[in-house]
Amino acid sequence: MTPSDVGATVAAAGVGEVPLPDDRAHAAYCGACGDPLGGGHDAQAPACARRLELEPPRYCVVCRRRMKVQVTPGAWAATCVVHGSVEHSTWH
Amino acid sequence: MTASVTDPPIPASADGDLLAIAREQVLERGEPLTYDQILAVLRTGDDELEAWLALAHEVRLRYQGPSVEVEGIVSLKTGGCPEDCHFCSQSGQFTSPVRSVWLNIPELVRAAKQTAATGASEFCIVAAVRGPDDKLMEQLREGVAAIQAAVDINVAASVGMLTQEQVDDLVDMGIHRYNHNLEAGRSFFPQVVTTHSWQERWDTCEMIAASGMELCCGGLVGMGETLEQRAELAADLSRLQPHEVPLNFLNPRPGTPFGHLEPMDTGDALRTIAAFRLALPRTILRYAGGRELTLGDLGTRDGLLGGINAVIVGNYLTTLGRDPKEDLELLADLDMPIRALNDTF
Repeated sequence: MTPSDVGATVAAAGVGEVPLPDDRAHAAYCGACGDPLGGGHDAQAPACARRLELEPPRYCVVCRRRMKVQVTPGAWAATCVVHGSVEHSTWH
Repeated sequence: MTASVTDPPIPASADGDLLAIAREQVLERGEPLTYDQILAVLRTGDDELEAWLALAHEVRLRYQGPSVEVEGIVSLKTGGCPEDCHFCSQSGQFTSPVRSVWLNIPELVRAAKQTAATGASEFCIVAAVRGPDDKLMEQLREGVAAIQAAVDINVAASVGMLTQEQVDDLVDMGIHRYNHNLEAGRSFFPQVVTTHSWQERWDTCEMIAASGMELCCGGLVGMGETLEQRAELAADLSRLQPHEVPLNFLNPRPGTPFGHLEPMDTGDALRTIAAFRLALPRTILRYAGGRELTLGDLGTRDGLLGGINAVIVGNYLTTLGRDPKEDLELLADLDMPIRALNDTF
């Protein structure tokens, strides 16, 4: 699975398209709540997608570890100790 | 919470014509509403909301003018806070997913530059702590100096409860304004925070007010407080007379004790804005956290035409705000100029 495939998978699961670093192979968890994607998470996926419009992801979508997240006025950066960092500008 | 659930609306005629009294008292004489009057405004029905917002807007224009103060905020030290403020995702006592992280000085300066580029005149550095230790004070000193050397913007700070020595240090650093919220009315405060008292907050605010720094002191609404307790907060703030009051609407955060609460009703939020403006006619009244969730685009506009005269642009400490372009376009549309650096109301 390529990174863009992972992004598409996450978007299809209704949790928003979270930017992912190139070395991530699989998205298995919701970045908002940390629950496994699919199955029981489907019911809450719309709520998680809304959450991700108002806050950065808190969980690594690959391993479910809580990430260190720094929010600044125009961006956020999230770091998983194993899978690296993602940054996203929120000003367009 | 809606006014009609817990308290039936009081007709304006029940206490004379409250709107006419408020117009004469606040708009013409510049005297703030009393506690009883604030409560009466909070209890009015939706059919009167437009009239109260219009009066609040007139008061804002009379005593503060049409300009809007724009500010950016950033978290220098996120998470791991020993306090238990029930609304806050940064407490180390809750199961919130927010982890502890420090912002380095280059990133702090970058954030200040980003903020200044929007036309903002104020940049507030915040830390999730009970009060600053030596490490934080040193980081703050270094950060403030770096910003002052690189960016033309007023620097504000919010690092918890202070000693007099720390107040003096902040003055030496050149901190323009210090934020320390009362958070809630005194009678409701023990249901919001148990690790420190309302009085401790008040004491820090009084030290700031006497220091020469401007005092920024507000709170949150929509935390389950009664209208009486909300009026109490407004009356306490009116007594304190801060330079600025940031008004937050609860954004229920997962893992916090208030995470299960519903966002505040939009009409109640707007009524609260009008009541706070009439309780604080000469104070900067700022949109702070939660407006995106509680008010949306239309409510944000209504609030700016109902007493608000300052905004936080961009993101908050742990959550995301609107793109500044949207706010700046809205201000232009409303013919509200951005307050220039060093302008005074």
